Order: sequence, then C-alpha cells, then structure tokens
Amino acid sequence: MTTANLRDWLLSDAPTSRRQARFASWYKGWLTLRSNTLAMVGLIVLALIILAAIFAPVLATHDPYAQDLGQRLLGAGHSGHLLGTDSLGRDIYSRLLYGARISIYIVLLVAMVAPLVGLIVGTVSGYAGGWGDVVLMRITDIFLAFPRLILALAFVAALGAGIENAVLAISLTAWPPYARIARAETLTIRNSDYIHAIRLQGAGPFRIVTRHIWPLCISSLVIRVTLDMAGIILTAAALGFLGLGAQPPSPEWGAMISEGRKYILDYWWVATFPGLAIFAISLAFNLLGDGLRDMLDPKEDTA
Amino acid sequence: MTDTAIDIQNLDVWFGSGRDRSVAVSQARFAVEQGESFGIVGESGSGKSTILRAIAGLVPTWSGDMIVAGEALGPRRSKAFYRKVQMVFQDPYASLHPRQTVDRVLSEAMGLHGLTDIDSRIPRLMENVGLGPSFRFRFPHQLSGGQRQRVAIARALACSPQILLLDEPTSALDVSVQAEILNLLTDLRRDHGLTYIMVSHDLGVVGHLCERIAVMKQGRIVEVLDVETMRRLEAADPYTRQLLDSSIQSSRSV
Amino acid sequence: MSDPLLDVENLRVSFATRTGIIEAVRGISFTLGRERLGIVGESGSGKSMTGRAILRLIRPPGRVEADHITMHGEDILAASEARMRQLRGGRVSMIMQDPKFSLNPVMTVGQQLIDSLRAHEKLARSECRQRAIAMLDEVAIRDPERVMGLYPHEVSGGMGQRIMIAMMLLPGPEILIADEPTSALDVSVQLQVLDIMDQLVKNRGMGLIFISHDLNLVAKFCDRIAVMYAGRIVECCKASELHKAQHPYTLGLLNAVPDLEHPRPRLEVLQRDPAWREALSVSARS
Ligand SMILES: Nc1ncnc2c1ncn2[C@@H]1O[C@H](COP(=O)(O)OP(=O)(O)OP(=O)(O)O)[C@@H](O)[C@H]1O
Ligand SMILES: Nc1ncnc2c1ncn2[C@@H]1O[C@H](COP(=O)(O)OP(=O)(O)OP(=O)(O)O)[C@@H](O)[C@H]1O
Ligand SMILES: [Mg+2]
Ligand SMILES: [Mg+2]
Repeated sequence: MTTANLRDWLLSDAPTSRRQARFASWYKGWLTLRSNTLAMVGLIVLALIILAAIFAPVLATHDPYAQDLGQRLLGAGHSGHLLGTDSLGRDIYSRLLYGARISIYIVLLVAMVAPLVGLIVGTVSGYAGGWGDVVLMRITDIFLAFPRLILALAFVAALGAGIENAVLAISLTAWPPYARIARAETLTIRNSDYIHAIRLQGAGPFRIVTRHIWPLCISSLVIRVTLDMAGIILTAAALGFLGLGAQPPSPEWGAMISEGRKYILDYWWVATFPGLAIFAISLAFNLLGDGLRDMLDPKEDTA
Repeated sequence: MTDTAIDIQNLDVWFGSGRDRSVAVSQARFAVEQGESFGIVGESGSGKSTILRAIAGLVPTWSGDMIVAGEALGPRRSKAFYRKVQMVFQDPYASLHPRQTVDRVLSEAMGLHGLTDIDSRIPRLMENVGLGPSFRFRFPHQLSGGQRQRVAIARALACSPQILLLDEPTSALDVSVQAEILNLLTDLRRDHGLTYIMVSHDLGVVGHLCERIAVMKQGRIVEVLDVETMRRLEAADPYTRQLLDSSIQSSRSV
Repeated sequence: MSDPLLDVENLRVSFATRTGIIEAVRGISFTLGRERLGIVGESGSGKSMTGRAILRLIRPPGRVEADHITMHGEDILAASEARMRQLRGGRVSMIMQDPKFSLNPVMTVGQQLIDSLRAHEKLARSECRQRAIAMLDEVAIRDPERVMGLYPHEVSGGMGQRIMIAMMLLPGPEILIADEPTSALDVSVQLQVLDIMDQLVKNRGMGLIFISHDLNLVAKFCDRIAVMYAGRIVECCKASELHKAQHPYTLGLLNAVPDLEHPRPRLEVLQRDPAWREALSVSARS
C-alpha cells in the first residue's frame, strides 16, 4: 500500500471495519496533536530527555559518581566538564544524564498511581452519592488539609527512606485533587441521558463507571497531571533534601539543586543546570498536556 | 394471559423527602393493549416523562401497581425486563455518549443482552432505522439531530423489545426529519408488532401515531380518549378542550 | 425602517476541516428593526450559526466573514472581546438551542439566574432573587420558589427551556436571538412564552430574531420570515403572505407537519433538489 493510499484509508469518511475505525481515530488524534506546534515541541523535548536517559552511559563523559576534589566547582566548559562540576568535583553533565533516569522514573510512577487512585475514589464517590460520597469526600478533605510535604514526610518516616517509598508517599498525598476533579466530572455526567440509556440496557454500576464515566474524566485528569509534574519532581527533591528520598550520591535532579543551593551566589551553574532540566521537563509535560487535551476532548460544540 | 401489555394502577411518583417532597405524578392509571400505540400529552412539567421513567426504573420513588409485559414491577428491574421494554429519550443531543461511536453503542447494547453474531446484526439494525453503513463508525458529534435520534432508536431496538417508551422522540428535530422518524416508527410497529407509549406535547404528532391518548395536567391524568373523539373535538375535560383549541388554532392559521 | 438595530451584509461562516471547507452560512444579508424576524429552515441549514455569528460565538476552526455586521451603527466584527462580553447578555441575548447543555449541571437554577443578572447590573442579592422569581413566574413556571432550588437535571425538558428564556430576558436586552426557544413546550405554554416576547417587542421596542423549524408557528408569530436552505436564504416574505410562497422547499416544510384534523397514513418527506443549493441568496433587508 502506498502512503497516499494509506492516508486515504485512514481518513476515509466511512471506515469499513472496526480495526480501520480504530486506526483512523488514532491517526486523526495524531494529526490534531501534530497540528499543535507547542505540543509537538513538548513531545520532542520529552522524547529527547527520555532518549538521553536511556543512552546515558553512551552520552556521559564522566562517571557520575566519580569525585575529584581537585576539580570542584569548575565553571562550564573547563577541562572537559561540559557543564562544570559540583562541590565534590563530579561532572554535572553526566550526573544530569543519569539523573534523568531517576526523575523520569519518579514522575512516571507518581503519574500512574496518584491519578488512578483519584479517579477511582472520585468517580465511585460521585456515582454512588449518598453516604459513600460523604465518607469518601471527608477522607479526601482530610488529606487535602495537610500540606503535601508534611504528609509525605510522615509517610516516608513510617515506610522508611528510599525512592520507591518516596514515590509511594508522594502518590498518596497527590491523589485528593484528582479525586475532586473526577468527582465533579462524574456529578455532571451521572444524570445524563446516555448514562440512563446504558442502565436501561441492564449495565451495572461497575461497567458504567469504568467504561462510560472514566473515559470522560480522563482528559481533565491528564491536564492536571501534566501541570503537577513540576511539583512532583520538586517534592521528590525536597524529600531527597531532607534525606528521605533519593540518597545523596545518587544524581537525582532535585537533590542536585538542593546541594547546589549552598553555592548559588558564587557558583551559579551548580544549581542552575539541574533547575533548567526540571524546568524543561515540566514545561514539556505542560505543552504536551495541552495538546493531549485538544486531542482527547470530544468535539461537542456543533450544537 | 390477556393481551394487555401495560397496566398501571394508582401510580404515584414523588421527588425529595420531608419538606422538599414534591409530587410529580399522582394516581395515574391506564392500560395499553399489545400492539397498541398510546399517547400521553399535556402541559410541560406535568409528569409525562416521569411516568415513562418510573416504568423504565429510572425513578426509585414511586408507589402503586405496574404490570408491564406480564411482569409485576418492584423496586428493581430484572435483566429480562430490559429485553422487553426500552426507552428513547427526549433530547437526542444528550442521549448518546460523546466518546462512543455508533458501532460501540450498538454492540455494547447487544453484548449486554447476550446476543451473538453482533457483527452481522449491526448493519441490519442500522438499515432498519434508515442509517447507511457509512454511519457505523461515526461519533455523535458527526451526526445530525435526526441521525442521532435514529441511533437512539436503534439502540432501543437492539434487543428486539416488545414495548418502546418514546419520550418526545421528535421534539428536538426539524419538521422534515420529524416526518422521517414518524414514518420510521410507523413502519417498525407494523413490521415488528411493537407496543408504544409516546409522550409528546404536539397533538398533531400524537394524533398521527397513536390510537388512544391520555391528557395530563399537574401530575394527574385528566382524561383518556381515543383519537377519533379528539379529532371530532369531543373532549370532556375543559383542559383537553383548551389544549385542542390552541393547537387547532396554531395549525389552521395559514 | 429608518434605523435598524442590526444590519448584516453578506455574512459567511465556514469551518476548515481536514476534508475541506464546510460552508455553514454562505452570504446572507438581513436587517432587524424593532420587529420579529423569523428564520426557518431544516436542520443544518445554518440557522444557529447565523445567530452565533452575530454574537461572535463561533469557535475556531469556524470563521466569520461579512461585509459588515453593525449593531446600532457599532461594528461588531471590529469590537474587542471585552466589548463583546459587555454586549452579550446585556444588549443582545441569545437563547441557545440546547437548554440543558447551556445550564451548569452542578449549580441550582436560582443561583445561575441570580449570577447572570448580577453580572450585568449592580443589584442586591435579594432583589435579584425577587426579579428572578418574578421572571420564572412570567414564563409560566409553576411554583417558581421550588424551581429556584432545583438542579438542571431535576427540571423537565420544557421547564429547562423556559428557564433559559427567563435567564436571557432578565437583563432586558435590546436584541434577542431565540434559537428554537419553544420546541419542547406544549401549545398553551408556548403561547404564553411567545406572548412575553411579543410584549417586549411591542412595549420596549426589542428586536427579535426567532429561529425555528416550524413554519406554521413562525408564520403566526413573526412579522417577516426568511427561509434558509444550505446556508442561504431561499425565500423571504412577510409572514402574512406566506400562503403565496413559491419555493418548493418552503412548501415541503409546510407539508411535512402532521395535522390533527387531516390525518394521513404517511407523512411527506422533503425531496431536495440540488439546484436549490446553487440559487443565489435572497436579501432579507427591509
Ligand atoms: N430528579 C428530579 N428531582 C426533583 N424534581 C424532579 C426530578 N425530575 C422531575 N422533577 C419534577 O417533576 C415534574 C414533572 O417533570 P417531567 O419531566 O415528568 O415533566 P414533563 O411532563 O415531561 O414535561 P416536559 O413536557 O416539559 O418535558 C417537574 O415539576 C419536575 O421539576
Ligand atoms: N464545528 C463544526 N465543524 C464543521 N461543521 C460544522 C461545525 N459546526 C457546525 N457545522 C455545520 O454547520 C451547518 C449549520 O449548522 P447549524 O447549527 O447552524 O444548523 P441549524 O440550522 O441550526 O440546524 P438545527 O435545526 O439542527 O439546529 C451544519 O451543516 C453543520 O454540520
Ligand atoms: Mg419531558
Ligand atoms: Mg440549530
């Protein structure tokens, strides 16, 4: 099949099979995303960061853990250190590359756990209504009432230090806003005629919530998650700083910033480069999230 | 068994409780024969939709006796009930899930009713309601109001029910599409021997499709009369007469 | 008429899609004085788009073009977004076609009415409440106090529509665009609602654009009628002269309505002629 043929097949007004329809809707989604320049910038930046993380051993010029006190706090470009060195003489460029692995790992884990918990709690409480709703929402409120870091601290203190526990703690503190959003969406959806209609086909609550309500909540959650990415990385960093997240020699970006903070006035690059990395990844997530929303949103404005 | 499809006695429906309690339907009673088409007309807000929703099991707060398709209804509806009774909603813009294609809507309905060879049934069903195969994978926002209403009718017909509850199936549609849908409903009834209860505020529409008509006002059925009586303008109740007058007036003027 | 409230010349609305450009409105012209102008046509003929274009409510990828759209001599196409927000809901209101879609599902009807009134006038809450209740009462809603406390899904189809109407009439607009405002109402309530609009036109000199697909209704209620097909006006006449209408499309619309007094086994369905599409738009200026 030539590309022109393929394109026609994908964009056909009247797909003939379920498979064609599915590919067509993915392809159309991709076209929407592609026509959004900013989202594409976000996607490319993210892809680059992920590639950098994967190929860190190839791209790195130094061992990220190798200390060389003689070369400490060198400026960018000095004696083969592309982005300079930190207070222990470690190459910042190489550490950033390896750090990308940890940061992406944290972000992805949190991004998978927290919205999922929020989605489940929010939709169940919104759809069930009554007492279930009241109880679930009060629990959510309790979680919301604590500052996130303090709560995370408490969890980590209970679970023990380490990246996985930090992730768990952050996820456990990050879900309430998602639950709120999901519940609000569910409240607007649950009385609509199409939900009534599927009930009349004999569908049970489990099916309705997972197959009919979730798809409609996901787009607003995606936006919110991408907006929260930066916050998640920084919370992880703060935990690391307090000695409860990623442990010192590991090149986690947040930990690198907090380390560099001591020297910010005289040796700006130590904190700035990891900061730029965090900035880049969160901006990329935001831009991509915006594009994803356009892609996921139902085009309901023809009325 | 006699051939009474729907028998409703002393139906009360209310919303809220305590001080907020408001009664939407009180002491409604009527019976519909198998294969009959029964219309409900009346004031806006008089509880027409509420009666249909109570029959369909979408309103839990009711009392009275309802026997539908040989089944005495309790607080819950069985799966078998939904294979016999289906409903089409008032607003075609709100009754389709915005993220699901026609195919998904219909196949899910069939799947829930335990039907097999869904793939070959869907085109047949769509043809039944006058939708070509090109509509199969469209999303609701790619359909016009009339086409959406056809999809909603197809979904209701997916399990070959005996009884269709139609809540103003054409009020959101333009007159030419309304004519198409009304013709479609006539054909479907003839071909499949369906029983209809149709709610509408338009006497012309109800008169076209139904044999007997209940007139509602403020939650009560004030009169049940057949179409011929209505055409002869021999209504007993003053409200019915007023309704007839104004609708005759508005259709005669030109 | 000397000074039209609204003057629209060669309005076009188009949507660029991947498969090409869809022209929803293709060059229509009309004026609106202190009168009732009816726009009829089948579904998809561009009636709603015309209404939305006047309020500049068409979202991308939709594009609005016109030689001019002036409201009281003020150019709408050139107005800033802030100015438009001021106009919308204040001097021009539009009753949207889909009431339940236009109401916020998680706010009570009363809150929404009060908020919309307060957005345009500096009034005390209690006074807003009074006026909102009075307005609901005017649109023939039973027990308005109760309805103020209901959520949109708790009101019936026709009540939702009347709530929308009440909301739009509250600020006392100069121009009202009513998009199928009475499609879910029974005849007697319909007459009452039409009566309110009528009063506003007669007493306050409001200009009304009444969009509907019910030719009979429009003929009864409006002063002038523009019949739209495929984004153009195919026929325009005084309402009183509708029986002289020539266009087969207009006649088709008239014939598709089921009539209580003259039952027919089958209703006539419009047979569309491709030539109608190409015919030039008729101007509805007065
Ligand atoms: N979920 C609900 N909670 C509270 N009141 C409700 C609810 N649903 C309906 N009602 C009330 O019940 C009454 C009857 O509503 P219903 O929808 O049956 O009217 P209808 O006859 O279908 O009117 P229309 O022709 O306007 O659709 C209305 O007063 C409405 O406010
Ligand atoms: N976002 C969009 N993209 C492409 N086409 C659109 C879009 N929105 C509307 N249209 C098209 O514009 C045309 C006019 O639509 P409009 O809503 O004005 O019809 P209408 O006359 O109000 O019909 P109805 O009586 O059904 O409300 C339709 O053919 C529709 O398909
Ligand atoms: Mg109703
Ligand atoms: Mg419209």
